[in-house]
Amino acid sequence: MNWLKNFVRPRFPSVFRDHDDTPDNLWQSCKQCGEMIFHRDLALLQHVCPGCDHHMRVGARERFSQLFDDGAFETIEVPDVPHDPLKFKDQKRYADRLRDARNKTGDRDAVQVALGKIQGRKSVIAVQDFQFMGGSLGMAAGEAVGTAGPTALGNNAPLIMVAAAGGARMQEGILSLMQMPRTTVIVQQLRERGLPYIVVLTDPTTGGVTASYGMLGDIQIAEPGALIGFAGPRVIQDTIKEKLPEGFQRAEYLLEHGMIDMVVHRHKLPETLGRVLGLLMGRPAPETQTA
Amino acid sequence: MQTYLEFEKPIAELEGKIHELRSVGQTEGAVDIFEEIQKLEVKVADQVERLYKNLDAWQKTQVARHPARPHCMDYIETLVEDFTPLAGDRLYSEDYAVIAGLGRWQGQAVAILGHEKGSNTQSRLKHNFGMARPEGYRKAIRIMDMAERFNLPVVTLVDTAGAYPGIGAEERGQSEAIARCTDKCLQLGVPFVSVIIGEGGSGGALALATASRILMLEHSIYTVASPEACASILWRSSEHANTAATALKVTAQDLEKLGVIDRILTEPVGGAHRDRAQMMSDVGLAVAGELAKLASLSPQELRDTRRQKYLDMGRSGIV
Ligand SMILES: [Zn+2]
Repeated sequence: MNWLKNFVRPRFPSVFRDHDDTPDNLWQSCKQCGEMIFHRDLALLQHVCPGCDHHMRVGARERFSQLFDDGAFETIEVPDVPHDPLKFKDQKRYADRLRDARNKTGDRDAVQVALGKIQGRKSVIAVQDFQFMGGSLGMAAGEAVGTAGPTALGNNAPLIMVAAAGGARMQEGILSLMQMPRTTVIVQQLRERGLPYIVVLTDPTTGGVTASYGMLGDIQIAEPGALIGFAGPRVIQDTIKEKLPEGFQRAEYLLEHGMIDMVVHRHKLPETLGRVLGLLMGRPAPETQTA
Repeated sequence: MQTYLEFEKPIAELEGKIHELRSVGQTEGAVDIFEEIQKLEVKVADQVERLYKNLDAWQKTQVARHPARPHCMDYIETLVEDFTPLAGDRLYSEDYAVIAGLGRWQGQAVAILGHEKGSNTQSRLKHNFGMARPEGYRKAIRIMDMAERFNLPVVTLVDTAGAYPGIGAEERGQSEAIARCTDKCLQLGVPFVSVIIGEGGSGGALALATASRILMLEHSIYTVASPEACASILWRSSEHANTAATALKVTAQDLEKLGVIDRILTEPVGGAHRDRAQMMSDVGLAVAGELAKLASLSPQELRDTRRQKYLDMGRSGIV
């Protein structure tokens, strides 16, 4: 049924990536309020609905251009990792899923890393793209965080982690679980060097990502309405057989329960990050004075 | 009453026959009945050995969850002298799913942490089937902090289906608690040995298992997601748990090959539940041996080698 679609799929600029990429999809309706938005406006609006402020998902490159000054950044290459170490196959081979995700996104895996300036300050940003197999944390994502950390250390720069994931990449079995302690060590290295590590939780971030680097930020920021938790709402519902409270596991709910520092509108994110970094790094080390 | 697993049906039938013959023999006392019993016993032993030599991943999952398998408290009661349980996270509450305390392991003072599943209906409810809430992990952090201050090695006994998925647990930061606990494991400047004694379920297990040395019992499992959960997500039906268990590579033998664990502890023939005393005694000696090997390392060396071990996870060790 879909061989034709796969074969003729055209390459679009990153703006389209998160959405149904058929050529006639010039208008997109907001999932929350139904408002129709023209695709060119969507990019200008940074994928925030003008009707209801719903924050839609955005890919890595678009996120980089939103956060870095003048949309300028240098992509940091992430070393390749062993692919499909378990030779995993469910209803589909993992190797095929990987290939499809790569074709769909044009990326090697879920986490991309870039270096640039945020409000004039040299910073490293890692973005986890939900479009790539649900952003899942596998060896490649671990390697990307393991590249972002040393890049920040090498540049004496803070690391901003824009997280989004359904959880660990099950197709890599225990090796995906092991990315949790692995990335935790990276966070520790930044901490020991006194470099800020700031997490921006986006919709949705659950599972192994929140249970490791996703919750270890010096400052925890979340986008409005983002679903954030350890267990997914369905798992909880199936376990306790009770109705979940209104707004459960949403960014605002976490804020109220003391689990994050702030909920920040996407349009205010660069300014907020710049200010926070300025304060945390307010007493510059000798190296940064001349930079 | 003995619990038989599904694949143990042939054993159950033979042992049932022996049981019958015994009750007949008691009343009639015929010699040929005793001979028959002896023959059957040989057959049972043979059957047990053959079955357990070739367990598949799903069968091992069932053995790892066997209700009669020694649990955390059994090991502590048998192996640890002067055990002094410690309670509470000092923030919210006590969590009975995580056992914490001080004691002597083969004479050496240590801090002990572990998941307890419970062994009857009442204790299972009390211990929440070994599924910890944030308080359990925060208590573990507190105990690890203290262990480090007093230069006490840490021993953890891991046995959980996973962290508890509940409303309160989420509200109080289940993910943050697990993240911080793993973080703490990676900072410890004391010897740290972990034994997966049954089920190592996902992040809830990892938070207590990020050790210098990880041992696994022969028929225990350690996995990113339970075979049932994985099956219901990837195969869209938990009925494929059997297939998922194989695909996920959850067994001690798989994990040793992947370089994730350091050592497998052989179980008595027919599994830990068939000779609990032997199993516990073997774990006692093995852990003491591992602690002795780590004893000469400085706090910095312990920290550095543990961190390097996890930094390399997923880069090397794949055959
Ligand atoms: Zn809207």
